[in-house]
Amino acid sequence: MRNLWAFITKYNAFFLFLIFEISSLIIYIKYNSFQKASFLNSTNAVTGTLFKQVDGLKSYMSLSETNDSLARENAKLRGQLKTSMYVDSVDKRKVNDTVYKQQYSYIVAKVINNSFNKRSNYITIDRGSKDGIQKDMGVITGAGVVGQVIDVTEHLAIIQSVLHKNTRFSAMLTNTKDIGSFVWGNDMDPHKGVLIDIQNNAQPKVGELVVTSGYSLFPTGIPFGKITNLHAKGGGLLLNVEVSLAVDFTKLQYVYVINNKFATEQTGLEAVQNKNE
Amino acid sequence: MSRTILINVLRFLVLVFIQVFLLKNVTFYNLATPYFYILFILLLPFEVPNILLFVLAFVLGLTIDAFYDTPGLHAAASIVLALVRTLFISITVQKDGFDNEPEPTLSIMGFRWFFTYAIVLTLVHHFFLLNLEVFSFSEIQYTLSRVVLSSLFTVFLILISGLLFFRRKERK
Repeated sequence: MRNLWAFITKYNAFFLFLIFEISSLIIYIKYNSFQKASFLNSTNAVTGTLFKQVDGLKSYMSLSETNDSLARENAKLRGQLKTSMYVDSVDKRKVNDTVYKQQYSYIVAKVINNSFNKRSNYITIDRGSKDGIQKDMGVITGAGVVGQVIDVTEHLAIIQSVLHKNTRFSAMLTNTKDIGSFVWGNDMDPHKGVLIDIQNNAQPKVGELVVTSGYSLFPTGIPFGKITNLHAKGGGLLLNVEVSLAVDFTKLQYVYVINNKFATEQTGLEAVQNKNE
Repeated sequence: MSRTILINVLRFLVLVFIQVFLLKNVTFYNLATPYFYILFILLLPFEVPNILLFVLAFVLGLTIDAFYDTPGLHAAASIVLALVRTLFISITVQKDGFDNEPEPTLSIMGFRWFFTYAIVLTLVHHFFLLNLEVFSFSEIQYTLSRVVLSSLFTVFLILISGLLFFRRKERK
């Protein structure tokens, strides 16, 4: 027994190494495989408030740019108002009320922590379950798709950005409506993504817009970006094209979280179908 | 003694602040990202007991992880760094020399020793960190180039900080 103790104290560095290394790897692997709500991330009280404080300072520097983008978006939305349309039939307004039922509503949120230079990037926003945000909601900006909510606390939420190794969204080409999957490329460029698994008979063109297909959390037609290269590397049996992202992830300030009012209905229905199979 | 503790606590706070609010946003062509916070473990005194060294490395790693949203990743890499530090020091430094050489800083140990020390420890830490982050062998070539370039960046920052706090009279 004494020899054993002497052995352990002599090589104590190695045993300490084993203990701590195993515990940190357990933390790492557990968090990654289950995406559990963990106290060790940027939604906890200390890191959350610190990020908010620093972001309050940083946001002054990009104030003019943010104003520009908001003004542009306002102008675009103003163009869609009924008052800026010429009504050519008197009944139209009445019909509108009954025909359209609102499916998507938007919650505006400010980005308080963001990264774009890692293999898996996350964004933290300053709205949480108190403001109606739930897990698995889609997130966009005026320019295009940003990501998906993966973790919510009362006042904050974490978004898995498009710039993440596990991100995969259903997407389509605007002109031909061919469906594919949108992923982030392997070369970690924050301005580029890849549209994979398009049918081989599709004929994508350089400059064509890639948009959401409506099969996922997003409304149809929200842009991912424009096609820049028709022959992305690593192509398998199906066609892959390179896409330059519409959203500039390096300058993210405000985002919209999408609340799909039919989401629970849809997932419930699909769950029933899966059970029947 | 209490002065050493104060200096190290201050160093911990300053390095964590620099890492998460400044260097987190710095990157060159998505290849070189500095992880400057490891300087805290590099500069701990020689006499620090192993258990304290590992606990500090673990706490430092978890603190960085809390801000990076990657629980366990930086902690694991920092623990590896702590082990390599004990090995490197036990090989290269005489135990009885600890009295007049209390800390492994650039001004005390000299440029040659400190440069080797920094570059070996940084390479090991970055190799472990970036490979664990990617967790796949299919991108190994790209990851290795990231390891080398990021290490160069980090060592550059470490040397600059060493020269910034260089005190000539300490070197005998």
